[in-house]
Amino acid sequence: MSTTGMNLTLKIWRQKNGNERGRFETYPVSGISEDMSFLEMFDVLNEQLITEGKDPIAFDHDCREGICGMCSMYINGQPHGPNDRVTTCQLHMRSFKNGDTIVVEPWRAAAFPVIKDLAVDRSSFDRIIAAGGFVSVNTGNAQDANSLPIAKENADEAFAAAACIGCGACVAACKNSSAMLFVSAKVSQLALLPQGEPERRERVINMVNKMDEEGFGNCTNTGACAEECPKGISLENIARLNREFLLANVSGK
Amino acid sequence: MTKLNSKIPSGSIDTKWTQYKASVPLVNPANKRKIEVIVVGTGLAGASAASSLAELGYKVKAFCFQDSPRRAHSIAAQGGINAAKNYQNDGDSVYRLFYDTIKGGDYRAREANVHRLSEVSGSIIDQCVAQGVPFAREYGGLLSNRSFGGTQVQRTFYAAGQTGQQLLLGAYSSLQRQVGMGNVQMYSRHEMLDIVMIDGKARGIIARNLITGELERHFGHAVLLCSGGYGNVFYLSTNAMGSNVTAAWKAHRKGAYFGNPCFTQIHPTCIPVSGDHQSKLTLMSESLRNDGRIWVPAKPEDAKALQNGTKKANDIPEADRDYYLERRYPAFGNLVPRDVASRAAKERCDAGFGVNPTGQAVFLDYAAAIERYGKIEATKQNLSNPDSATIKALGKEVVKEKYGNLFDMYLQITGENPYETPMKIYPAVHYTMGGLWVDYELMTTVPGLYALGEANFSDHGANRLGASALMQGLADGYFVIPYTIGNYLSQDIRTAAIPTDHPAFVEAENNVREQINKFFAIKGTKSVDYFHKRLGKIMWDKCGMARNEKGLKEAIEEIRALRIEFWSDVRIPGESNEFNPELEKAGRVADFIELGELMCLDALTREESCGGHFREEHQTEEGEALRHDDKFAFVSAWEMKEVGKWELHKEELVYENIKIAQRSYK
Repeated sequence: MSTTGMNLTLKIWRQKNGNERGRFETYPVSGISEDMSFLEMFDVLNEQLITEGKDPIAFDHDCREGICGMCSMYINGQPHGPNDRVTTCQLHMRSFKNGDTIVVEPWRAAAFPVIKDLAVDRSSFDRIIAAGGFVSVNTGNAQDANSLPIAKENADEAFAAAACIGCGACVAACKNSSAMLFVSAKVSQLALLPQGEPERRERVINMVNKMDEEGFGNCTNTGACAEECPKGISLENIARLNREFLLANVSGK
Repeated sequence: MTKLNSKIPSGSIDTKWTQYKASVPLVNPANKRKIEVIVVGTGLAGASAASSLAELGYKVKAFCFQDSPRRAHSIAAQGGINAAKNYQNDGDSVYRLFYDTIKGGDYRAREANVHRLSEVSGSIIDQCVAQGVPFAREYGGLLSNRSFGGTQVQRTFYAAGQTGQQLLLGAYSSLQRQVGMGNVQMYSRHEMLDIVMIDGKARGIIARNLITGELERHFGHAVLLCSGGYGNVFYLSTNAMGSNVTAAWKAHRKGAYFGNPCFTQIHPTCIPVSGDHQSKLTLMSESLRNDGRIWVPAKPEDAKALQNGTKKANDIPEADRDYYLERRYPAFGNLVPRDVASRAAKERCDAGFGVNPTGQAVFLDYAAAIERYGKIEATKQNLSNPDSATIKALGKEVVKEKYGNLFDMYLQITGENPYETPMKIYPAVHYTMGGLWVDYELMTTVPGLYALGEANFSDHGANRLGASALMQGLADGYFVIPYTIGNYLSQDIRTAAIPTDHPAFVEAENNVREQINKFFAIKGTKSVDYFHKRLGKIMWDKCGMARNEKGLKEAIEEIRALRIEFWSDVRIPGESNEFNPELEKAGRVADFIELGELMCLDALTREESCGGHFREEHQTEEGEALRHDDKFAFVSAWEMKEVGKWELHKEELVYENIKIAQRSYK
C-alpha cells in the first residue's frame, strides 16, 4: 500500500444478520487517495480484511454513478455523508482530511430492517409503488405520444419529482422514519401529468395506506428529508401529497 | 454440425413482421393462466417483458440480484432513446432508422430483426408516454428531440441526462402494478445460478436467495434471460458493479450458442482512470458530443506541458488545437459513431497527444457551445452589445438546463468545474453487442430459452448506435416477445407444471451446491477482485480497442493460466448460508474468466476489422476498419463443448435491402 495519502479511522456498524445485536468496530485505513470514492475506500478496507482472514463489511452498491439508488450508509450522522446532493458512491475522499475519524452506520428505520452490517431491506418501497405508483396502461393501449401535449412547466416539474432514486435517505434522515418524501415524489409526478388523472384519488389513498402499514412514521415537517435528499426532491411535493390526500378523502373516494 | 435456423419469415422486409404477427399461433386466455414464465433480470428488457406477459395473463416469476427491480443497470443510461417518429420533419422514417442501424453496426446485423426494431420504435415512445414517463418537451407541450452519433436526423427522445432512469421507472411501475395484482411474483436479491433442462427444453432455474444463501428451484414453461451485457469482463467498465454474464453463461454451458462474443463497444466519452483504486468508469453521455468539441493540442510540446502540468487547457491558443474528429470526418464531425470516435482518440493519445498525466485523455470542450448559446439567449432577451461575461453567464444557464446533471457528476468525480475548463475524457468499455445467439423469435438454440435486450446478440451488429440500447431492450420486452413466445407456448398448453422434485431439478441444484462448496474448499490467499483485475487487464490490453493475432494468442494462454490459479488460490470469506457478496462475486468472476477466453478466440477467428472489433492487421491506409465481406459476412455462434473448447457455427448474413458498402462518415 502506498505510504502517501490519508490515514483515517473508521468506526463501522457490524451486525451479522437481522436477528443478532450489532456493535461498532474500529478500523484504521491508510494510503487513501483523495480521488477515491467513499465506496472505493471501503473496497480498500475489505481487501485488507480479506487478506487478514476477517469477514469483509457488507454494504449495498451497484451503479457507482449516483443513479441506481442502491448505496446507502449513514456517514457522520448524515445519510450519504457530508456533501449536498450527492450519493455515497459519488462522495469522494477529497471531502475528508488526513486523521479524520468517520462513523458509518446503516439506514436506521423499523421499515428498513438490517440484513447484514450496512445493508438494509428496502422492499417496503417496492410494495408502496405496487399499491398505486403507476398508470394502469397495458402494453399496446397507447395513443400517439404527441396526441397529448403537456405544458413544459408541468412536464419539467413532474420530471423533477420523478428523479427520485428510491435510496431511502429521506427515511434515514427523518427522526420519525417517515417515507413522505418518497411517496410524495411519485404521487406528485403522476398528479402533475394528465396520464395520472383517472387514478389520481385511489392512488394517493392506496399509497399512503400502504406507507402506514409498512411501519413508516408520520411527517412532522422538519424538512430533514429534502435537506438530505441526494436528488434534491423538493418539500413542495409533500405539500402536494397532503393536498391530494385531503382532496381524495373529501371527495369520498 | 447443427445448422442454425434464424426463422426469418419470408416476404418483403417491410411486411415480414406484420405477416408474422397475423399468422403466429395464439394461446387462449384460459390456457395462459396455466402457463408459467420465468424472467431473469428486471432492466428495460426484463421489466417490460415481465409486465407485458403478465398483462396477457401468463403467470410470471421475475428475478433480480439487486435489492429492487428498479435498480437494474438500464437505470444508468443517460442520453436517450431513438424512434423513427419523424416529429421533426427532417426526413426520418422506419427505413432510415433501419438503414442507419445496419450501417452503424458495420453490416454485421440481421436485416429482418433490425427492420422490426425500427418498425416498433414509435410504439415504444407512445407506451412510455402513456405510463407517465416525463420526456423533455418543447414549450408547445410536444416532445423534444436531439441528435446522436451516426445519424443525420433528430430522432432521440430524452429526459435530461436520465433517460434510462425514467424509462426503467416506467417499466418498473408497470411491473409493480402486476406484482400488486398478483400476476408477477417478484424475487429480489435472488441470483440465477443454473438452467434446468428436461427433455431437451429449458424448464426452470436454480436461484440462490442472496440473503439466506438458500438454493431454490423454480419451474417455468419458458425461461427468459434479460440479464444484460458482460462488459465487466474488463473489470473496469461503465457497467454497474454487479453486472455479470452468469445467467447467460450458465445457459451457454447448457447448450445455448454465444453470438459474436468479441463485439464490444468502447464508448468514447468516459471519465479517465484516476488510479489503481478505480472500481468503475463513469460515462459522460454521448449527447455531450452534440454541443461539445473534442480536441487535443496540435503541437507535441503543448501535449507534454499538459501531461506534466505546466500548462492548462485554456493556455493553448485556438490555432494550436487539433479538433481531430472535425478534421478527419467533416460530414459527421464530433457525431461520428462510437467505435470511430474511440479509435480516433486512441490514435491521438498513442501518438503522444494525450492531455493528462497518464497521456490517456482528450478534451471535450464546451466553451464554444456556452458562447453560442449565450449569444442566442442575449438576442432573445434583446440585450444590445452584451459583454462577454454576460454572454458566458447566459450560455452557462442554457448548458446547465441541457446537461446539468452530467456536469455536476463530472465535478463530483474529478473535482474540476467543466463550465470553466474543458472536460477530460477517454474511451471505456460500455456495452456488448455480442450475447446469446437468438433467432427471429428471440429464442436461443435451447428450446424454451429466450434472450432479450443486451443479453442477446441480435440487433446492433459490430457496433451499436447511441440511444439504441434502450430502444432494443423495450422493443424486445413490450412488442416482440409477447407475440413470438406464443409460437412456442401454444405447443405447450398440455404440459402441466413440472414438480420441482423432478430429478433434473435435484441434479441442477446439487451441481450448484457443489460449485459453492468448491469455492469455500479452496481457502486460498487472494481476493476475488485480485483475479478480476488481472483478467480485466489482459482483456483491455489484448482484446480491447485494438487487437492482433499475437496479443490474442497470448491472452488465451494467460487467461487459461489465470483460470487454474483462480480455482486454486481464491479466498472466499464467510459462509454459504448467509448474505455473502464475496461468494456472489466469485461465481461471476469464474464465469467471466471462461467468457474472456471465448472472446479472445472469437476475435482471433474473425480476421477482419468491423465496428468495435479492430484487428490491426486489417485496416485501410487511413487507419479505418477494413471488413472482408467475402469471408466474414456471418454471425459467429459458438457452441461450448467443454471448458476451454468450442465449436464455431456460422449464420450467413444476407443483405437483400441494403447495399453492403464501406462505411464512410467523411
